[in-house]
Amino acid sequence: MATLKVVIVGAGIVGSSIARVLSMYEDFDITLVEKEPDVGWGSSKANTAIIHPGHEEEPDVHPLRARLCREGNTLWRQWARELNIPVKWPGELMVFFNEEEEKSAKKYIELAKLNKIPGVRVVYRDELLQMDPSINPSALGAVYAPTAGTISSFEAVIAVVENAVENGVKLLTEAEVRGVKVIDKKVKGVETTRGFIEADIVINAAGLYSDKISHMAGVDSGFVVRPRRGEYFLFDENVKVKPEKLLHTTPTPITKGVYAITTVHGNLMIGPTAEDLPVDAKDETSTSEKGLEYVWKESERLLKELPPRTKVIRTFAGLRPEPPGGHWRIEAYDDPWGFVNAAGIRSPGFTSAPAIAYYVLNLIKDKYDVSLVKKKHWNPYRSDIVRVKDRSLQEVDELIRKNPDYGEIICYCKTVSKAEVIEAIERMKRAGIKTITIDGIKFRTRAGLGMCQGSFCRWRIALLISQYTGVPLHQVVVKKDLYGVGEVKALLKSVS
Amino acid sequence: MIEVLELNYDSVVIGAGPAGIAAAIRAQELGLKTVLVENRDLLGGIPLQCVHPGFGLHYFREDLTGTEFIYRFFDKMEKLGVEYLLKSHVHSIELVAHNEKIVNVITPQGVMRLKTKTLIYTAGARERHIFEINVVGDRPAGIYTAGEAQTLMDIYGIIPGKEIVIIGSGDVGLIMARRFALEGAKVKAVIELMHYPGGLMRNIVQCLQDYDIPLYLGHVVTRVVGKKRVEKVIVAKVDEKLKPIKGTEFEIPCDTVVLAAGLIPNLDMLEKIGLIIDPYTRGPIVNEFLETNIPGVFVAGNALVINDLVDYVVEQGELAAEGARYFIENDGIPTIDWKPVVRGRNIRFIVPHYISGKRDVILYARVQQPEKNVIVAIPEIGWKMKQFNVRPAEMIRVKLTKRLLERASSAEKISMEVIPSE
Amino acid sequence: MSERELTCIICPASCTLKVSVEPGGSLKVEGALCPRGVEYAKQEVTDPRRIVMSVVKVVGGDLPTVSVKTNRPVPKKCIQEVMKATASIELKAPVEIGQVIIKDICGADVVATRRVKKVNSM
Repeated sequence: MATLKVVIVGAGIVGSSIARVLSMYEDFDITLVEKEPDVGWGSSKANTAIIHPGHEEEPDVHPLRARLCREGNTLWRQWARELNIPVKWPGELMVFFNEEEEKSAKKYIELAKLNKIPGVRVVYRDELLQMDPSINPSALGAVYAPTAGTISSFEAVIAVVENAVENGVKLLTEAEVRGVKVIDKKVKGVETTRGFIEADIVINAAGLYSDKISHMAGVDSGFVVRPRRGEYFLFDENVKVKPEKLLHTTPTPITKGVYAITTVHGNLMIGPTAEDLPVDAKDETSTSEKGLEYVWKESERLLKELPPRTKVIRTFAGLRPEPPGGHWRIEAYDDPWGFVNAAGIRSPGFTSAPAIAYYVLNLIKDKYDVSLVKKKHWNPYRSDIVRVKDRSLQEVDELIRKNPDYGEIICYCKTVSKAEVIEAIERMKRAGIKTITIDGIKFRTRAGLGMCQGSFCRWRIALLISQYTGVPLHQVVVKKDLYGVGEVKALLKSVS
Repeated sequence: MIEVLELNYDSVVIGAGPAGIAAAIRAQELGLKTVLVENRDLLGGIPLQCVHPGFGLHYFREDLTGTEFIYRFFDKMEKLGVEYLLKSHVHSIELVAHNEKIVNVITPQGVMRLKTKTLIYTAGARERHIFEINVVGDRPAGIYTAGEAQTLMDIYGIIPGKEIVIIGSGDVGLIMARRFALEGAKVKAVIELMHYPGGLMRNIVQCLQDYDIPLYLGHVVTRVVGKKRVEKVIVAKVDEKLKPIKGTEFEIPCDTVVLAAGLIPNLDMLEKIGLIIDPYTRGPIVNEFLETNIPGVFVAGNALVINDLVDYVVEQGELAAEGARYFIENDGIPTIDWKPVVRGRNIRFIVPHYISGKRDVILYARVQQPEKNVIVAIPEIGWKMKQFNVRPAEMIRVKLTKRLLERASSAEKISMEVIPSE
Repeated sequence: MSERELTCIICPASCTLKVSVEPGGSLKVEGALCPRGVEYAKQEVTDPRRIVMSVVKVVGGDLPTVSVKTNRPVPKKCIQEVMKATASIELKAPVEIGQVIIKDICGADVVATRRVKKVNSM
């Protein structure tokens, strides 16, 4: 059986999920290409991290979104278990503060019925405040949806990719697609900054840039993806008021509303805004005074008490890809034969990703007549890095006796040991990541995500990267640029 | 089943910077069974990376670099045989009884449980990062806190950047401005929020004026711009309320932003066991023994209050050790009619917060606003000190003897205030 | 030089000093509250000096640099020369505090202010 060479463009949650699902079959030889130095660095890492129940989708307007969101919600339970991804399922409350909002919120109950989303109901003030005492007592009530969850979005992408690679997928980072080669209406491969990659099938999962990739294949020249910016605040774990459920204000036509959640890592997070940016502003991830101000004010409405500004540990912004009319472009084409779009995947994209992957698999099977032979030895499991922070002191002691590097703590704020940093480096190498970056370590170990935001530990991590990769300290890459410009005397030496 | 190692001490000192080292040395000298616990693989803390002089002017009556200063203490530690642990991270502290605490430590040899009568906490301070000072924009490479930049340059020998903008004109920022300028970088500006400089005049002259580095008083960086690396910062003037004034924004192209925007005591570990904090110091409320509201837990150095002089840091370490000894001798600090120390006019904070009035005590204070030609006074004991200049950047240190304090024996409190001299 | 204004750094009074040249050629200092200020002003105006501090590269030690300083203040205009001299040095561990790294530059020695222990490579 001749395998089909598949190139998936974009290692975000959609691309990685497609890679994982396709890797279950003998039929495919898969390469996942990603333009950034690491996986999930586009929309996937800077979002609200919600796994939506699916009661916010209109099935007659967006039938695919509605169906795949519900399926994705179910699939994530299995995937998170198999892949050892931190996730929790507290349920969500769409809080309303006046009669107008109440009317809007109750519409979602109707949608819940249409989409067959379980357990969605109205909860009024007394019950509401008992359900979650962090809610502003001026609330009238809320629409409760018990199947909502929150996941560590950046760890999810990493986990899915690790598993996909283990099952035969090849990952190429720092490989930006510059062209899709089509000859005689058939896909031949992609031109990337790391060379030409042959392909029979090219799957476009490039998120914000999925319009560009589509155009490169000559498909849908009018299709345009606009960046929609969302800004967030992240607070220290030790604050007085933290939501138990996933809270949000009642949505408006353009946004899902501002959320206040306790992340899986235990931090209060509030946001996002929903600001449409110009089409070519696809890397405008800067925060703004106005945006942050809006999030703060909305959250003051939602929560009983917002922590003081001194408890903010990070502000950030993420861009979501907005397709025209909010319609996902998921299609396998005849012309060019072999080109598949999984483009413009806006919310509920993260939730739907596993379901999108199966949907794409079936599109390929039907359109390109693939037999789909399951691999005998496909491994569904991937285990997470063993973390000192999550373990009892007795367990930590045992870990240390086996490997003393567990006893050397590199990041104080998040209690991350040297062993974890080294393991992250090794996992990155195994996954095929070209450059070991400080941010790559951060997302795998959580070192640098705490109160000090890396001011204590960043140089320690850089030293370890330097030690384990042979790169000089000043040439260690932080994110997309270097940690230093040279040895301390470099500037004096360069002046003649 | 492996037993976790348990050891007994009179005093566990957490953090081997100058405060901790001084505390451990004094505790040892006083006959307390002491261990000094340090997370890093070396002793010395911040002075180890301070290559500039200005250390020890009071303590040794010499002008030493931070490095020379701390080495004097290493030598003393060795001579006395002070016990210390490196690469040892305090995971948690358990309060068992007023005179028993358990410190859980993670080390490469295993987990240790240190049972101790007293705890001297000298874990220093952390630096404020960019998200704490209302700067929006991009989050590229090229942003460092001053301490991080100093560690990179003066320990690990790499230079972070070529064109630098420094946020904060406290001594930390000024010192780093000079270091960068000396090593050939171009320091484009030092941006200071307040309308007066944060550091000593000596440093304004020798770190900024000497190198023609512009100082923008009453300005803030509002935004950082840069895709992969910092490309520029947007700076604006602020009004009397310290809010940015629209329309006054201008750009400074640069590739590096260094944050010297203030230090905050590292107290998470103690807050978890009920430490009470003074919002004006952001450090613990303490009595004259430097004991916190938690009996037998003493704090000194930058974890207690942000100091300017390492000499005071060392002094506080020694005081804390003496407090620990007193605690052990009496199975607890005896019941005392504590007198609160109250802040008067133009005083931002005073440490300690409670005194007995029956012992010598050292008060550390700072003013809220700079003022010229004033008298610093403690009215309850009739103590006065004339000053040409008082500035928030220069800590006021006052030693009050037991005799002086006797004058306040009937007073319920003592207070410090700053009044204009006639 | 007609008249120069500078801030005295000797004590917290931070007097604003005005230095001018008298008809006979000597310096007049106004605004000082004490003789130390007068001395400082005269020195600053005629022959300003500074201690220079930096680091120098070390090989084979427990740290890759050693901190150094000039053991006495050097003329301000010589700072660059001293810094240039530190740029080309590569010391071999061990290094002791007080060890002379550069002898006789601008009237001072550059000495080590930190200890570097020799590390045996495996």
